[in-house]
Amino acid sequence: MRAKDLVTTAISNTFRSKLRTTLTVLAIFVGAFTLTLTNAVGAGVSQYVDAQVGALGSPDVFIITQASDATTAGDGPVTYDPKSSASVSSQQGPPGTTTKALTDSDLTKIGETAGIVSVDPVRAVQPDYIEYGTGSQYEFSINATSAVTTADLTAGAQLDGGASDAQLVLPDTFVTPLGFASADDAVGASVSIGITDILGAKHTVQATIVGVSLESLLAAGAGANDALIAELADAQSGGIATAVTSYGVAVAHFDTTLSADAVTALKADLATQNYTARTIADQLGAVQTVINGIVGVLNAFAVIALIAAAFGIINTLLMSVQERTREIGLMKAMGMSSGKVYTLFSLEAVVIGFLGSAIGAGVAIGLGSALSAVLSQGLLSGLPGLNILLFEPASVAFVILLVMAIAFLSGTLPAQRAAKQNPIESLRYE
Amino acid sequence: MDSEWVIDAQGLEKSYGSGTSRFDALKGVSVQIAPGETVAIVGKSGSGKSTLMHLLALLDEPDKGSLQVAGTDAKSLSKRAVNELRNKEFGFVFQQFFLTPNRSVLDNVILPLKIAGIGVKERRGRGMEVLEQLELADKAGNKATTLSGGQKQRVVIGRALVNAPRVIFADEPTGNLDTATGAVVEDILFELNRSQGITLVIVTHDEELAARCDRQIFIRDGLVVSHAGPTHTGAHALHTPEALTTAGGAA
Ligand SMILES: Nc1ncnc2c1ncn2[C@@H]1O[C@H](COP(=O)(O)OP(=O)(O)OP(=O)(O)O)[C@@H](O)[C@H]1O
Ligand SMILES: [Mg+2]
Repeated sequence: MRAKDLVTTAISNTFRSKLRTTLTVLAIFVGAFTLTLTNAVGAGVSQYVDAQVGALGSPDVFIITQASDATTAGDGPVTYDPKSSASVSSQQGPPGTTTKALTDSDLTKIGETAGIVSVDPVRAVQPDYIEYGTGSQYEFSINATSAVTTADLTAGAQLDGGASDAQLVLPDTFVTPLGFASADDAVGASVSIGITDILGAKHTVQATIVGVSLESLLAAGAGANDALIAELADAQSGGIATAVTSYGVAVAHFDTTLSADAVTALKADLATQNYTARTIADQLGAVQTVINGIVGVLNAFAVIALIAAAFGIINTLLMSVQERTREIGLMKAMGMSSGKVYTLFSLEAVVIGFLGSAIGAGVAIGLGSALSAVLSQGLLSGLPGLNILLFEPASVAFVILLVMAIAFLSGTLPAQRAAKQNPIESLRYE
Repeated sequence: MDSEWVIDAQGLEKSYGSGTSRFDALKGVSVQIAPGETVAIVGKSGSGKSTLMHLLALLDEPDKGSLQVAGTDAKSLSKRAVNELRNKEFGFVFQQFFLTPNRSVLDNVILPLKIAGIGVKERRGRGMEVLEQLELADKAGNKATTLSGGQKQRVVIGRALVNAPRVIFADEPTGNLDTATGAVVEDILFELNRSQGITLVIVTHDEELAARCDRQIFIRDGLVVSHAGPTHTGAHALHTPEALTTAGGAA
C-alpha cells in the first residue's frame, strides 16, 4: 500500500464508527483545549512581564541603594557624621525600613568599581500638574528611572537620553483628557508641567512629547529624559544648593560584555562596599517564578486529561481491531504486510489525535481570543497591554504534535494486536 | 515458462492444538497443480480441504512436508516475497464473502490493487473493467451490503480477479448460493479458466461442481484417497486414480 493510500484509508476508517470516534475525539478535545489555553495564559503573562521589565529598565542596569543592614537593630545608635549620614525616607526601601541615602562620594566609589561604566543618581521630582495649551490641569507624576527604561510605546519614539531639550513620554490615559485627538496627534506637542519649589513658589517647565506609552504596572508615571528631570529638579530646589546632595537610588550601567557570572561577582563586589545592586531580572525573577509555577500546575492538569483520553483511544482502537478482525485477515491474506497493518492502525490513532487536538486548539483560540478581548476591556482594563491569552503559533503547533504523539503511543497496543493477527484465524473468526 | 509454474506439494502434514487435544488435520498429502488446469478438492466436512487449500495458497505453513511454487521452495521465500506472491499471483474466494460493508463495490474489488500500491487511476480502470466483465458495472458505487448474495459472490470473484492472478483459490464458492445463482458463479469461474488460462483450485463438497473440473482430489480424514468418487456422476468425469494424485501418504 502506498503511504497516501494508508493515510486516506486510515482517515476513512476513522469515520466508520462516527459516534465512537466522536466520543474519543471529544475526550482529546478537552485535554488539547485546556493545554492550549494554559499555554496561552503562560505566554500572555510572560509577554506582559517582559514588557514590564522593559518599562523598568535595560538589562545592563543596576538599581543601587545603600545596603539597609548598615543600621541593624541591636548595634545601638550610630554616631552622626554630616558627611555620610544623609538619610532619605526613600520609597525604594521595603516598608518599615529606612534606607540610607547615597551621597556624591558614594557615587564616585560606585563609579570606580571595576565593571561599572557609568552611574547616575535618580533624582526624584514631584510635579503638580500637566497642562496642554489652555486646557485643564491634571495631576501628574514622573517615573524617576524613566531615563533608563524602554517604554511600551503606542506612538512616537523612546526618550533620547543625550538630548539637551526636555522630552516627555506621556501615558496614553492622558491623551484624550489633555485634548489630543489621538496618540499620534500628541507626539510633537509642547506641554507645560507645573511644579512647586521647596519654598512654596510655583514654576512651570515646558516639555515636548516624543512618545505615548501604555501605562505600566511596575513603573507608573510619565517618562522624562535627563534634560527634563534636571530642569524640574532645579525648579524644585528653588535655587538652593543643599550642603550634602543625597539620593535614594542610583542607576549604574555595567559593561554589557560581562557574563552572568561576572555580573554576580560585580554584585558581590558592590555588596562588600555596602551597596545593594539589583538588576531588573532580580526584581522580577520572583514574580516570573510564581507565574511559571501556576502555569506548570495548570499544564499538568491538562496533561492528566490527555492521559485519560489516551486510554479512550486505546479502547476505541481495540474495539475497532476486534470488529475488523476479518477485514484485517483478508488484507493480510491478500498480501498486506504486518508492518502496513500496524501503520494503518497507528495512523488511525494519529488521525483521532489530530482531530481532537486541532479542534481543541481551534476552539481554544476562538473562545480564548474573544474572552481575552472582553477581559482586557473589563476585568483586566487596569492592566493595559496585558493580553491574558496569547496564542503563539509555535506553542499551538507543539500542543497538536504532542497530542498526536500521545495518540500514536496509545495506538501501539491495538496496532500490534492487528499486525500480529494470523490471516487464517481471522478469517475463521465468527 | 508458464508450463513450469507448478505448485508441487509433497507429504504435507498439519496438526492443530497440542497434547491430548492435538488434531491431525492433514497426515501427509502430496499434490501437484499444473498451470491452466482446474482442480477440485473434494471431501466431507472436516476432512481437511480448507486446511490443504490454505497450505497450497501459502496462507499457512505445514508442520512437515515441502511445497514448491514455480520451482522455488516456499520455506526459502521471505515474508515479503510470500506476501507479494499472494498479492500478485493468487486470487481468493473464501467460504464467506468477507466484503467490507460500508465500502463501495468498486472499493471492495480494488482492495488487492490498493495493497499492491497501484495508483488510483489505474486501479479504478482495472476495477471497472472487471466489474463490466461480471456485469456489475452499474453497481460500482453501491455499498457492498446492498447487494444480493449472488451479486456479492460476483464481487468477491471480481476481487479475486482484479490483479490478473495465475491461480484462483476458491473455498466453497457456491456454498452460500442457491442452485441457479451457484451455476452462474460456476460458469463465470470456468469461463475465466477457458479464456484467460487462470488455474482454478476449488474446494467443494458439491459433486456436480467437482465433476466439472479437470481433476478431483478426494480427501478423507487428512489423507488423499485414490478411490472414491461421486458414484452417480459417473467415472466419465474422473481421471484414473493414478492420474488424480500421487498418493503420498495414502499408503
Ligand atoms: N484452528 C484450528 N484449531 C483446531 N482445529 C482446527 C483448526 N482449524 C481446523 N481444525 C480442524 O481441522 C479439521 C479440518 O478442518 P478444515 O477447515 O480443513 O475442514 P474442511 O474440510 O474445510 O471442512 P468444511 O467442508 O466444513 O469447511 C477439522 O476437524 C477442524 O475441526
Ligand atoms: Mg472448509
